[in-house]
Amino acid sequence: MTAKSAIFQKEKWVIPLQLGVTFLFFAIIEIAIELKWLNEYVLSRPSKIFFAFHRIIVEESILSYTAVTFMEVLGASLGLIFIAIPFGILLAQKKVLWQAWGDWVSALAAAPIVLLYPLFLVVFGRSPMTIIVIAFLTGFSPVVIKTVEGITNVRQVLKDVGRSFNLSAYQQFKLITLPAALPAIFLGLRLGLIYAMITVVAVEYLIDLGGLGNIVGELAERYDLPATYAAMCFVVGVSILFFAFLERLEKWLT
Amino acid sequence: MANITNTNELKANKTGVLAKLIVRIVSITVVLALWEGIARSGLLYKDVVPTISAILYGIWEVLADPTFFRQAGVTLGEITLSVILGAATGITVGIILGSRPFFAKIFEPLLHYLAPTPKIIFFPLLIMWFGIGEGSKIAMGTISSFFPIVLSVASGMRHINPVYVRVGRSFRATAWQQAMKIYIPAMRDPVVNGLRLAFGVSTIGVLLAETKFAQSGLGFMVTRYYQQFNMPSMYGIVLIIFAFAIFVNWLFGKLIIEETQ
Repeated sequence: MTAKSAIFQKEKWVIPLQLGVTFLFFAIIEIAIELKWLNEYVLSRPSKIFFAFHRIIVEESILSYTAVTFMEVLGASLGLIFIAIPFGILLAQKKVLWQAWGDWVSALAAAPIVLLYPLFLVVFGRSPMTIIVIAFLTGFSPVVIKTVEGITNVRQVLKDVGRSFNLSAYQQFKLITLPAALPAIFLGLRLGLIYAMITVVAVEYLIDLGGLGNIVGELAERYDLPATYAAMCFVVGVSILFFAFLERLEKWLT
Repeated sequence: MANITNTNELKANKTGVLAKLIVRIVSITVVLALWEGIARSGLLYKDVVPTISAILYGIWEVLADPTFFRQAGVTLGEITLSVILGAATGITVGIILGSRPFFAKIFEPLLHYLAPTPKIIFFPLLIMWFGIGEGSKIAMGTISSFFPIVLSVASGMRHINPVYVRVGRSFRATAWQQAMKIYIPAMRDPVVNGLRLAFGVSTIGVLLAETKFAQSGLGFMVTRYYQQFNMPSMYGIVLIIFAFAIFVNWLFGKLIIEETQ
């Protein structure tokens, strides 16, 4: 068992203790606000935040905002699946292209692409398309890099087996290379989707359009502190569930 | 025989380098020609896709403007300070988590799942806490940079070869000696890697915060050029930021490669 998996190995006492620590943290904040050690005008009481959850779900319809965010993430993920993965496969097959463009694709991962949002606003207007395109571009690099990595690192012995069966190039790819590269491709896709999700929420907040990022901005502008905090906790919770789901999906598929 | 093999390898390498160069030149030419073609075709509003010469002039205009360097100084200062603060807290917490399995069991899974959440949503609160000045941007960058550093350091601590630690103990090395001779050299890679990631996310965090609410910084300049519809200058400043981010990332990459060698 690796050191990391040992840390993530659940023991009976871990979850109750995690919940206990979280509860203690909120209790300390509640008491600190009660004793006026913390300013209630900048930090809302956890009890008020707790009751604001009902309000943001019923009155603010945060679930419909969540649906909008997920539609945009879905749009970006379709782009990653149908454009980025085939592009990665092409680069892995044509070595000279990867040698020439590999550094550029890696550099793209380091560039703050999300900063280009004013450009996409002008091109696509204030529409979900703007958010989807930026999210797709931020997720593009990890998907391409991991796809190339997966295909180029297929074990030689597997390739040799394919050759010994006289498989055609297409059969070799379909029956040997692609299945062997799938774990790396899914890892890339998971990373790409995480980047895409972060970017979707960020751009929604920045341009006041769409789903979860937008509602956080709206509530903050209304200075509805408990609801703002509740919406933030909701976004964090949704993100955590999304990442946990992706991890499970990746494990299940590979 | 060995000489012939070496000569063949050398030839193959030369051909590879030449092919790579040709592909790169052709790619750049095609992209630039496409861009110029679209800019001149009138398919898109000409100010949205300005000609290459207009963008180059935009870069020149940005670089010739003394305000740019002042604003760049503000952004760079915010990024640097946020990475320093993120590193100080991240390394401290990382060392605790890496050396104390009990704390790691409780807190590390929480940090693991919190790390990829979109931090920008905390920005409205940071404005309330620190105002719309530089404080809120530094806080934004610090929150962003804390997570990659803490996770990287905690994992690095756990992967230190226990033999080194036992050797240190058998030589009766003091805590200070163990830290200087064993832990710090063994932790260099994860720390540099964490800093590399932290720099990237902190840059994005600070710049995005500047584009939302700010009175200074490069993100603020991008928004101002966008509002003035001065697209060549906006492209210019974004390209300069891209080049800088890529350069720093490359520098960190070099540091890691040198260490590995």
